[in-house]
Amino acid sequence: MRDVYVVGVGTTRYGELWDQSLRDLASEAGLRALVDAGLKAEDIDALYGANTSSGQFIDQEHIAALISDYSGISELGIPSIRIEAGSASGGAALHQAFLAVKSGQYDTIAVGGVEKMTDVPSEVANEIIGGSLDAEWETFLGATEPSIAALIARRHEYDRGVKRENYAILPVISHKHASMNETSHFKNVIKIDDVINASLVAEPLTVYDTAPVSDGASAVIITSDKKKIKSASNPIKIKSSSMANDFLSLHDRNRIDTFKAVKKSTSKALEGAGITLEKVDGFEIHDSYSIAGLIQLEELFGKEALRMSENGEYYYDSSCPINVSGGLKAHGNPLGATGVYQAVEATIQLRGNAGLRQVKDSRNFMIHNMGGLGTTSVTTILGVE
Amino acid sequence: MSSIVSYGSYVPRFRIKAEEIARIWGENPENIKGGLMIYSKSVPGPDEDVLTISAEAAKNAIKRSGIDKSTIGAIFVGSESHPYAVKPTASILVEALGLPNSIHSADYEFACKAGTAAMQNVMGLVDSGMIENGLAIGADTSQGAPGDALEYSASAGGTAYIIGKKGIADINRTYSYTTDTPDFWRREGEKYPSHGGRFTGEPAYFKHVLMGAKKMMEMQNTKPTDYDYAVFHQPNGKFPTRAAKMLGFKEEQVKDGLLTPIIGNTYSASMMIGLSAILEKSEPGDRILAVAFGSGAGSDAFDITVNDSIRSFNKNAATGVMDQINRPIWVDYANYVKYRGKILMRGE
Amino acid sequence: MSEVPRFWREAKHRYRLVGTRCENCNTLYFPPRDICPKCRRESVGKMREEELSGEGEIYSFTIVHDGLEQFKLQVPYVMALIKTKEGPLVTGQIVDCDPSEIKIGMNVRSVLRKVRTEGKSGILQYGYKFELK
Repeated sequence: MRDVYVVGVGTTRYGELWDQSLRDLASEAGLRALVDAGLKAEDIDALYGANTSSGQFIDQEHIAALISDYSGISELGIPSIRIEAGSASGGAALHQAFLAVKSGQYDTIAVGGVEKMTDVPSEVANEIIGGSLDAEWETFLGATEPSIAALIARRHEYDRGVKRENYAILPVISHKHASMNETSHFKNVIKIDDVINASLVAEPLTVYDTAPVSDGASAVIITSDKKKIKSASNPIKIKSSSMANDFLSLHDRNRIDTFKAVKKSTSKALEGAGITLEKVDGFEIHDSYSIAGLIQLEELFGKEALRMSENGEYYYDSSCPINVSGGLKAHGNPLGATGVYQAVEATIQLRGNAGLRQVKDSRNFMIHNMGGLGTTSVTTILGVE
Repeated sequence: MSSIVSYGSYVPRFRIKAEEIARIWGENPENIKGGLMIYSKSVPGPDEDVLTISAEAAKNAIKRSGIDKSTIGAIFVGSESHPYAVKPTASILVEALGLPNSIHSADYEFACKAGTAAMQNVMGLVDSGMIENGLAIGADTSQGAPGDALEYSASAGGTAYIIGKKGIADINRTYSYTTDTPDFWRREGEKYPSHGGRFTGEPAYFKHVLMGAKKMMEMQNTKPTDYDYAVFHQPNGKFPTRAAKMLGFKEEQVKDGLLTPIIGNTYSASMMIGLSAILEKSEPGDRILAVAFGSGAGSDAFDITVNDSIRSFNKNAATGVMDQINRPIWVDYANYVKYRGKILMRGE
Repeated sequence: MSEVPRFWREAKHRYRLVGTRCENCNTLYFPPRDICPKCRRESVGKMREEELSGEGEIYSFTIVHDGLEQFKLQVPYVMALIKTKEGPLVTGQIVDCDPSEIKIGMNVRSVLRKVRTEGKSGILQYGYKFELK
C-alpha cells in the first residue's frame, strides 16, 4: 500500500468571526492549505468536507458543492462530498480521505472542516450541539450535551473517587497552550479556581469545563503522489488512521465513565503506525468537556493519567504534552472543523514551526477526534520517519 | 346499583400560602383565612396539567383495585381545564393507562361537577350491563385571575373512581338538580373565569347543594344522623361548612372530607377528592352523603354505603391522598406565576 | 415545525415505559429496539414489548442550569440516569424536588408529565419523568 503524506495545511482563526460566512471560512482555509502545499486546484482529485450541522446552523445542506463552487473551482468538476460523524466529522473526513488515497483511487485530496455556529443565538447553538445525542430518548427529555457529560463526571467521582480538580485542570492546560497560538479563540490564561467557580452549566460542570461555540475552518492537503511529496517543503506522514464506535447513548452502555471506542481506535492506530504509546510525543484530544478529556486520558494511560496530571506532565514543555494547540476548549470548537485542525496542529508541530508552544523533538503525534461522548472515535497518527 | 370498586387521588406537591398571595395584593391574610377558610392551595408544576393529574390519579385507582385493565369499558374525564379545547383528554388516557381500545370515552365539562357527571354516566353503563367496569375522573388546574378572590382558592388536583358491579362502597342512589344560574363562567378563548361575586353564594352554591342533599335524604328516607360522613363541593372552607350546618350535619361528619382549607378548590375534583379521603378511613357499614356542585348551575348527590369488601381492599398499593397532602413544597408568588405560565415569555 | 407523526409513533413508549425484551437472551431494553445488540440476527422477530414498572434508583444526575428553551420554566432542572428495577438505564428528569437533596442511590418512580409543547397551538407531548419515592 502507498504512503500518505500531509503536504499542506491551512486554517482560519477560530472564534466569533462575525464578518465571515461558512463559504468564506471554508475557502480561506482551503486556499491557505493549497498555497502551503505549493499546489493548484487542478492538482486536487477530490474534496472531502467535514461539517456537523450546517443544515441547522445556517439552513444549508449540500455544502461540499457550495464550498467547491465558492472556492472558484466548479469548472474543474472535482468530486466534492460532505462527511458527517457528529463532532468527529473532521476526524472522519481525514480518515476517509486517508483510505481513499491509500487505496490508490485518488492521489490527492483536500480535506476541509468547517462550522459556522454564531449565526444563531447561543441558546439555539446549544440545542444544535445536542443533535449528537439521541433526539428521541435524550434530548426530547431535556438532556443537553453538557448534561450528559455531567452525568459521566458525577458517576466517575462516585465510582472512582476522582476529584473535581482532576478534570478542572484540563481547561487550565488548554488555555495556557492557546495563549501561545495565534489562531486561538481564547488567549487568556486561567486557574483551576476560575474553572470551578465559573457559572454553572450542568453541575458539576461550569462554562469553563465546556468548549466554546466557535466559527472556524481548517484544511489539509494529503497525497501519495511522489512528485508532490518531493516538492512539498516539509511533508508529514500519516502513519495510521483508525475509527471505532460505541452505543450512541450512555444509557445503553455497561459503564458510563469509560470510552470503549476510544480505547479501540487509539490502540488500533498505534498498532497501525507500528509504534507504542511511549513513542508518541504529543497528543491532541477531544476536550469538548473537561471530563471527556480526562476519560480519554484514562483510556490512553490508565491509572497513570491522574498522576501525570498532578505532576504537570501534560504541559507543552513536559513529558506528555496534551492539546498544545489549545484544544477544543481554548483554541475553539467549530464542531466539524476540530478534527481537521488537530491534523493542522500536528503537522505544524512535526515540522517544528509551532513557535512558543513547540513540543521539543517531536516525531509522532496522535490526534483524537470524538463524536458525542465516546460514541464515535477517530484516531490518526502523524509523524516523521 | 353500581359500586365504587376503587379510587385514587393526586394532588401536586407545590403549595402557596394565602399570606403569600395576600402580600402581593396588599390584602389582610386574616380575611382570607378566617373569612374564606383558605390557608394554602396546591399549585401544579410547569409540566403538570389535567392529563398528567388524571393519569396519576387513575394509576393509583388501578393499582389499588387489582382488576384486569381489560375489564374497563368506559373512561370519562370531567374538567373545566382540559389541556386541549379540541382533542379529548380521555383518548390520551386510554394510551397512557394502557386501557383497551374498545372503550367508551369522552371529556365532560360542567364547571365543578363534571367529574361527578362522569361518575353518573359510568354508573348508567354499569347498571345497564353495557360495561363491567368504568373510570370516572374529575381533575382540574384552575386559574383565578391575578388579584381576584379566586386566586386564593383555584388549585389543582384530581380523583379517579373505578365503578363496577361489585366494589367496596355501594352507590345506593344518585340525584341531580339543574337550573340556569350564571354564577360563574368563562367565555371561549378567555384565560380567566368571571364570577358574580356574592351572587355565587345564596342563589347558586347554597340553593343547589341544599336541594341536592335534601331531595336525596327525602328519597332515601334518611336524616343527617343516619350518615357517618358528609362531603360537599368546596369552593372555599366556609361554604361547605355553612351548608353542612344548615342541613344539620355536625363537624365530625364533615371534617375528614374537607380539604379545601389546605389544598384549595380543585374544582371538578373538589368533592371527589374529599370523598376519597373519607374512603381511606372508612369502615364497613359507613354511610356517606356526597354532594357536588357545578356553577351554571347544578348539583350531583350520592348516597353511599361502604361494604365489607373494604376490609380486603389494598389501599396501600398507592400513596394515600393525606400522605400526598402532607408533603408540600412551598413556593413563593414569583415561582407560582412562573409555574402557572403567567409570565409573558418571548414570542408570546 | 410539526412533529405529530414522530411523537405519535413513540407515544406508548413515552407514556408507559414500554420497552422490548429479547426472547432469545431474555434481556430487556429501554428505549425499545428492533434488534438485540447481543443476539443480533438471532433476535429478529423475537423482540417482545414489555412495560417497565417505573421503579428504580438514581445512577447519576446533574442539575441543569443552561437548559433547553423548551424547559426554561423548569430551570434549574435535574437530569438523571435511572437504574430501573428491571435493569435498563433510563435517561430522564427528576421533578418535584429540591435539587440540592438529590443523591446517587435514591429511590425514584416514574410519573407522567408534559415534556414538550409545540408552541401555543401545536400538540402537547407527554412522557415519563421521575419523582423521589
